[in-house]
Amino acid sequence: MNSIVVAASPVSRRRPVALGALAVLLAAAALWGLSSGAMALPAGRVLQALGHWLGGAPLDADDHVVLMLRLPRVLMAVLVGAALACGGAAMQGLFRNPLADPGLIGVSAGAALGAVAVIMLGHLVIGRLPEAVAPYGVAAAAFAGGLAATLLVYAIGRRRPGVATLLLAGVAINAMAGAAVGVLIFLASETQLRDITFWSLGSLGGSDWLRLAIAAPPTLLPLLLLPRLARALNALLLGEQEASLLGFRPQRLRRTLIALVALMVGAAVAAAGMVGFVGLIVPHLLRMVWGPDHRLLLPASALGGGALLVAADTLSRVVAAPAELPIGVLTALLGGPFFLWLLLRARLGEGRA
Amino acid sequence: MKNMALHRAADRHGELAAEGVHWWRDGRRVLEGASLKAQPGRLLVLIGPNGAGKSSLLAVLAGLGQPTQGRATLDGRSLANWTPEALARRRAMLSQQVQLGFAFRVEEVVRLGRSPHGAAREDGRDGEIVDAALRAAHAWSLRGRPYPQLSGGEKQRVQLARVLAQVWDARDAPAWLLLDEPEAGLDIAHQHFVLRRAQAMARQGFGVIAVLHDLDLAVRYADEVALLAQGRVLRHGPPAQVLDPAVLSTAYGLPLRRERLEGGGWVLVPA
Repeated sequence: MNSIVVAASPVSRRRPVALGALAVLLAAAALWGLSSGAMALPAGRVLQALGHWLGGAPLDADDHVVLMLRLPRVLMAVLVGAALACGGAAMQGLFRNPLADPGLIGVSAGAALGAVAVIMLGHLVIGRLPEAVAPYGVAAAAFAGGLAATLLVYAIGRRRPGVATLLLAGVAINAMAGAAVGVLIFLASETQLRDITFWSLGSLGGSDWLRLAIAAPPTLLPLLLLPRLARALNALLLGEQEASLLGFRPQRLRRTLIALVALMVGAAVAAAGMVGFVGLIVPHLLRMVWGPDHRLLLPASALGGGALLVAADTLSRVVAAPAELPIGVLTALLGGPFFLWLLLRARLGEGRA
Repeated sequence: MKNMALHRAADRHGELAAEGVHWWRDGRRVLEGASLKAQPGRLLVLIGPNGAGKSSLLAVLAGLGQPTQGRATLDGRSLANWTPEALARRRAMLSQQVQLGFAFRVEEVVRLGRSPHGAAREDGRDGEIVDAALRAAHAWSLRGRPYPQLSGGEKQRVQLARVLAQVWDARDAPAWLLLDEPEAGLDIAHQHFVLRRAQAMARQGFGVIAVLHDLDLAVRYADEVALLAQGRVLRHGPPAQVLDPAVLSTAYGLPLRRERLEGGGWVLVPA
C-alpha cells in the first residue's frame, strides 16, 4: 500500500472532521501571521486587538499594526491561497488529471502578459501614472489578461468534443503569451525589468483593506459556488459520456467551471502575482488523505490553500526580516521538493494519488 | 381522435424505440435508417459484425447522440424532449470502456450511480441500494478497495454495479439497462453470471438490451435477437429465427453452421 490509511467511512461522515481540522489549521496559521513581523506580538495581544476592533473600543498603536497592516494581508493570503487551491482542484477534476493546474486554461499566462504590458507600456497610454494608482493598473490588466486568454482558450477548445483540444489550446495560448512577455522583457528598461521580475515572483506586500475589498468578490463568489458543482465533478471523473448518462450536462458544466476558475485565479494572480504550486499540491495532498470526492475536496482545498499561503507569506516576512522573500519563490522552493517526494512515493494514477 | 392518440401513447408506455435513425458521427455514416422497437421485460441482444453500428444504435437509444435523421423514443416520447435527469432515472448504460484514474473506493464508484436521485437520501436508502447492487454484480467482496488497483474484470463488475444502482428502485415505470459488451474482459464464469443477471433483471420487469459478440451467449440467454449490418437492423425476432446460419454467414462473411449439442440446444461454428 502506498497511501496514508483512510477510514472507509462515507464522505458525509469524513467531511465535518476534515473541514474542522483544516479550519483549526487555518485559524492557527492566521494567528501566527498576525503576530509575526518586524514587531513581534504575542498571540494574546493579537486576540486583544481583534477584541478591541469587534467591540468598537479605541485602538492603540499595537492594535493598528495588527488591524491595519497585518489583518488585510493575512485575509488576502487566505483568499488567494483558497482561490488557487480550489481552482486547481476544479481543473484537475475537469481534465480528469491530478497534475492539471489552473494555469492550463491560460489564465496565469494571460494575466502575466497583461501585467507586464502595463508595467512596460502603461505610461504611454494613460500618461505617467501617479505612484498611488500604478499598482491597481497592473492588477486590473492582469485580471483582464487572464480572462481574455481563458476566453480564447475556451473558444478554440469548444470546437471539438472532449477536453483534449481545450488542453492543447491552453498549451498553445500559454506559449504565445509567454513569447509576448519575452518580447516585452527584451525591450524593457532596467527599472521595468526589476518591476516585472518582482511581480512575477509574487508578493502579498501592499495588501490593504481597499485591495482586499476589490479582490474579495471575484474570489469569494467562485469559492461559494464551486462546491455546488461537486456531485457533477465527481460524475465527470468517469468521463463526459458517463456524466451525461448520469443526468448531468458536461458541456454546460465545463463552461461554468472554466468561468469560475478564470475569475478566481485571475483575481488571485492580479492580487499577488505568480504564486506557483499551491493549486497543484494542496488538492493532491488532500486527495491522498481523504480521497477524490469533490464534496469534501473543494471546501477542503479552499481551507488548506488559505492556510498554506498564510503560512508561506508569514515565513516570507520572517526568514529575511526586515526584507521580504517573494512568496512565489517560497512556495516553489518548498513545493517542488515536496511534490517530487509525492511522485516518487506513489506512482501516478495509483493509490490515493 | 384525441382519445385514440392517448390510447396509443399508453400502448407505448415503457417502450424504447429507434425510428428510422440516420447518424453521421465524426464525418462517418454509422447508422443508415436503423429501426428497432424494444419492450421491457425482455432481454434483447444486438449482434452483428464489427462496425455494423451496434454501439452507435445503443448510444442513440441511450440518448447520447442526436441522430442526424429519425429519432429515438421512450414511452413514445422523443428522447430529445426528456431532461437529462429524468432520463437518467429511467435508463442506465454500461459503456465499453470507463476510464477512472482517481482513487475512489469501490463503493464510492457505485454510489456515483445514485447521482440522478439527488442528495436527499445520502446515507439511508442509497446505502442499501449500493450494497444490493454490489451483491448483484458479484462485487461485494471488492468493497473498500481503491478502484484503480482492481483488475480489468473486477472494474467491469464494479461498473455493472454502478449501472444497476442507477435504476435499482425504478418503480413508476419500467427502467432500461443498456449493456455494451458486458461480457468483455470477464472470465467464462462471470460472462455467464452477467448474462444470467441481465436475464433476471428482465424477468423483474426491466428492459435489457445488450450488445454481444459471442453468438453462443446470445443463443443461450436472449429472448430476442436483432442482427445489424451496415448501420441497419436486418432482422429482429426470436433467437432461433434470427440466428439463421445462412443469414449470419452473409452478414459476417464467414460460413457458419449449427451444431446440435447433446441434451438439446445448439451452437454456431464455422462450417
